[in-house]
Amino acid sequence: MSLYQVQKLIYELNRDPRTRARYEAERDAVLAEYALSDEEKGALVKPDIGLLYVLGVNGQLLMHFAALHKIEWPDYLERMRQGLRDHGQVREGVYAATGYEGVP
Amino acid sequence: MPLVYCGACSHAPGITARAERADPARRAALEGAFHRMGEEIRATRPDALVVIAAEHFANFFMNNMPAFAIGMADSYEGPIEDEAFLKIRRTTVPGNKALSRKLIEKVMQTVDVAYAEEWKFDHGISVPLHFLTPKYDLPIIPANINCQGPPLAPLARAWAFGEALRTAADAVPERIALIGTGGISHWPATPDSGKINADWDQEFLRRWAANDRAALLSYSDAEIYRDGGQGGFEIRTFIAAAAAAKGAKGTVQFCEPLPIFAVSCTIARMQLAA
Repeated sequence: MSLYQVQKLIYELNRDPRTRARYEAERDAVLAEYALSDEEKGALVKPDIGLLYVLGVNGQLLMHFAALHKIEWPDYLERMRQGLRDHGQVREGVYAATGYEGVP
Repeated sequence: MPLVYCGACSHAPGITARAERADPARRAALEGAFHRMGEEIRATRPDALVVIAAEHFANFFMNNMPAFAIGMADSYEGPIEDEAFLKIRRTTVPGNKALSRKLIEKVMQTVDVAYAEEWKFDHGISVPLHFLTPKYDLPIIPANINCQGPPLAPLARAWAFGEALRTAADAVPERIALIGTGGISHWPATPDSGKINADWDQEFLRRWAANDRAALLSYSDAEIYRDGGQGGFEIRTFIAAAAAAKGAKGTVQFCEPLPIFAVSCTIARMQLAA
């Protein structure tokens, strides 16, 4: 699992126009700079918003990644719901529906 | 000068991004409340507005996450979001580096705050400013509390941050206004977006308006997560603003749950002694 790496890449894409340009021009080279599992890489490339959500990507990152791919808001919400149907509950992070794991 | 204004408001991106999907009358009521808040801030003739925000990975990430940060630049750019998405034009917002530095040095006496000479505003600051200072003619001093990537600073430390900002504002000759911006209960950018725990929000705002420190700090993060969602962690910004009011009581001027905007849209003000 390398949720941190997935989120780091999305963070860079969201805030840095040069990373976005590179991602468009040489996506594989950019992806290779992050320690990603095949599942994570596949979800990013597709992009599989539902799977990224289930992997635990913070919604504050994911909604902009979706917008970057011209995915409209209602479609974004539906893709996350479909992700829950296809892959089960969110596996990690503060967007998991199963409860907060921090200080009780 | 003693702090001249202290308040709190929502910053949900839907307020601008999805404005056209809202009921026109309810949207107009909210925007009117925002504009009145802006007028009230201007009426106090501030030299700068401190905005205590809860940013969403525009600047800070889990590689190096400050619990608390204050901007220290003469200008800032925002919003970072796609302009077509947020429906706010990207612009340069004035800051005041020298004033920031003075405030930071004071805050550091009691809170180990990070400073940032670069800061890109996201909707957490850009949505409020869009209504409060639409001409972008008031210097902004951004402050941030990490509400996104746990571990999060305890609520008591958010209170201490607000107290430190008040002490700092009172100690400089400039007239400082201060707002906290955040959601109360919300489940932003999730399939539960639009879910609002209005009763929980009302109880939180009751505690906020009463400036009841013990009650405001009594929530655990587990309770917040259960009752207010991951967005609820942003109550830290309201709590810091309450602390900055230094015992003053507040008035909730507008509060209406608007699911299309994903939060109980809120405008509130602390009644500082003149």
